[in-house]
Amino acid sequence: MDSDVFLQLTVSGLSNGMVYALVAVGFVVIFKASDVINFAQGEFLLFGAYLAFAFIAQFGLPWSLGVLATLLTAAMIGLIVERLVLRPLIGEPVISMIMVTIGLSSLLRAVVNGIWGVRPKAFPNFIPSGEVEFLGAIVGFDRLLVIAIAAILLTVLTLFFRYTRDGIAMRAIADDQQAALSMGISIKRVLAVAWAMAAITAAVAGIMLANTVGVSHDIIFIGLRVFPVVILGGLDSVPGAIVGGGVIGLLESYTAGYTTSGLELIVPYIVLILVLMVRPYGLFGKEIIERV
Amino acid sequence: MESGIFFSDYRSDMALRRMPLQKVRTGLLLVGLVVFPFLATPYWLNLANQIAIATIGAIGLNILVGYTGQISLGQGAFMAVGAYGSGLLTVRLDVPFYLSIPAAAAITAVAGLVVGLPSLRLKGLYLAVATLAAQQIVEFVVTHWDGLTGGTEALVVPAPELFGARMNTDGRFYWILVVVALAVALFAANLFRSRVGRAWVAIRDQDIAASAIGVNVFGYKLLAFATSSFLVGLSGALLAHYRSIVTWERFTIEVSISYLAMIIIGGLGTISGSFFGASLIVLLPAMINTLGRSLQDTAPWAATVLPYVQQGVFGLVIILFLVLEPEGLAKLWRNVKDYFRVWPFSY
Repeated sequence: MDSDVFLQLTVSGLSNGMVYALVAVGFVVIFKASDVINFAQGEFLLFGAYLAFAFIAQFGLPWSLGVLATLLTAAMIGLIVERLVLRPLIGEPVISMIMVTIGLSSLLRAVVNGIWGVRPKAFPNFIPSGEVEFLGAIVGFDRLLVIAIAAILLTVLTLFFRYTRDGIAMRAIADDQQAALSMGISIKRVLAVAWAMAAITAAVAGIMLANTVGVSHDIIFIGLRVFPVVILGGLDSVPGAIVGGGVIGLLESYTAGYTTSGLELIVPYIVLILVLMVRPYGLFGKEIIERV
Repeated sequence: MESGIFFSDYRSDMALRRMPLQKVRTGLLLVGLVVFPFLATPYWLNLANQIAIATIGAIGLNILVGYTGQISLGQGAFMAVGAYGSGLLTVRLDVPFYLSIPAAAAITAVAGLVVGLPSLRLKGLYLAVATLAAQQIVEFVVTHWDGLTGGTEALVVPAPELFGARMNTDGRFYWILVVVALAVALFAANLFRSRVGRAWVAIRDQDIAASAIGVNVFGYKLLAFATSSFLVGLSGALLAHYRSIVTWERFTIEVSISYLAMIIIGGLGTISGSFFGASLIVLLPAMINTLGRSLQDTAPWAATVLPYVQQGVFGLVIILFLVLEPEGLAKLWRNVKDYFRVWPFSY
């Protein structure tokens, strides 16, 4: 086995995995607070990427302001979605929750395509292009930045869930909604914060994707590819999302490198099914699955 | 107008259609279905055929999701199994379509058992994600197993023949579809009044309570997967022969989603809802298309945004129904019926 190839595959797999992890964190935040899986996460990514494109390339804002505006707009969208779509459905069965986010994904996709069209756009690179050699493998700056951002986000979120009022309230609600309510925690507020946070992390991931793979419609499919990541890591675990992202990214990268038939497209899903069979709550998730 | 419901023997009490008005409506429906192809243009016949196929698939999905409470995102995959099954039997082995379609449905039922078997340990969200994975894997197999399915190439299925006539027009295929759809609806309506149907509803409402009163949860869930997949495979197989061409693009995750939308919009756990939902999801894009065409002269830009409008309206309709009328079109229809049943004395 060629060790150079192996190293290169490892590095690219890890950096892809960290993008997955960024996306997965958005899932986790929403699931932690409300037990909802957001099937529209891919569209949130798309929105983030196109918003950044609009602010920076179309309106000509400097990139620092552009990113800030993107994040603020994304948070607004998250809040609006939560208020108009999710809140009326609190307490409804799982199928309604799943379907409403699927409907949302269709609507958001239509809005994005209607505004910006479906053709891929060139994103103005604001990350200095360049490469570093690391143990014989070549790593682009953009990839390193993704890894750094994932690390920062993980730290911030861990601190958020451990020390802030809203973070602790979120954990309380995830643990027992009734008990949390009777302790005076406002579910509405917590859900709003969760959706705003999920939209922001998705926007960050969207901007990173725009930088590495360009602004295009294909970003949506990353939303579906992240399911294996969250299931593997555990739906309610932030570290799980990072580890799951890394593992799935590596798996994809190795299968793509060492096999030829496009197997990397389904290997994550096979892992997903295996995980669901053996350990449905994932590596780091809380063990509350009831079986029949 | 009725003043009360009186039955003096079990037979009339157990009948599927008990009220005079119900019988009138059923009669009108049947007459309408027979007269329709003689009055309708080919465009409307085509839509009617699509609705019939979608209704069969939606009833199948409703058995699983609406009655048994098992969420499935794998509808597209099961339809693919039915379509390719029947198509390949006809093309490779020269099996006549009236045998290949049921055979394909049976194959799909087995596929449903395979997907259902491990999924039985999972509930709700996890089951949805597992069926999503199954959908992706089936899609991959269909597009990559060139030797069997022809990969991404389209599989051309010859037009079916019945009594020496080629069923290659919308008008002729209509009869096959209407008969099958009515038979499926009748079968499902009776199924839900039987022991099996009630066991499914019990599992949906509270599985632990169901097993406590002696329902074999494991067995009935498997049965639901098999029955549902049988009907879904049937609709996939009919689609293959109706379109006379099978391509994998017709069986993507989008298809799974639009079928889920049908039963949500129509009403979970109702047969009339499956029909209403299927009709709405088939007619909505067609209507928007027509609207866009008629605007073409006054507003030429309308044509370019048409696909996005269709997609956006699709999403919006799902959201609006879930937020405003979670019981769907079937509930609205029930309201209308109730209003007229006791009209004009509503109290």
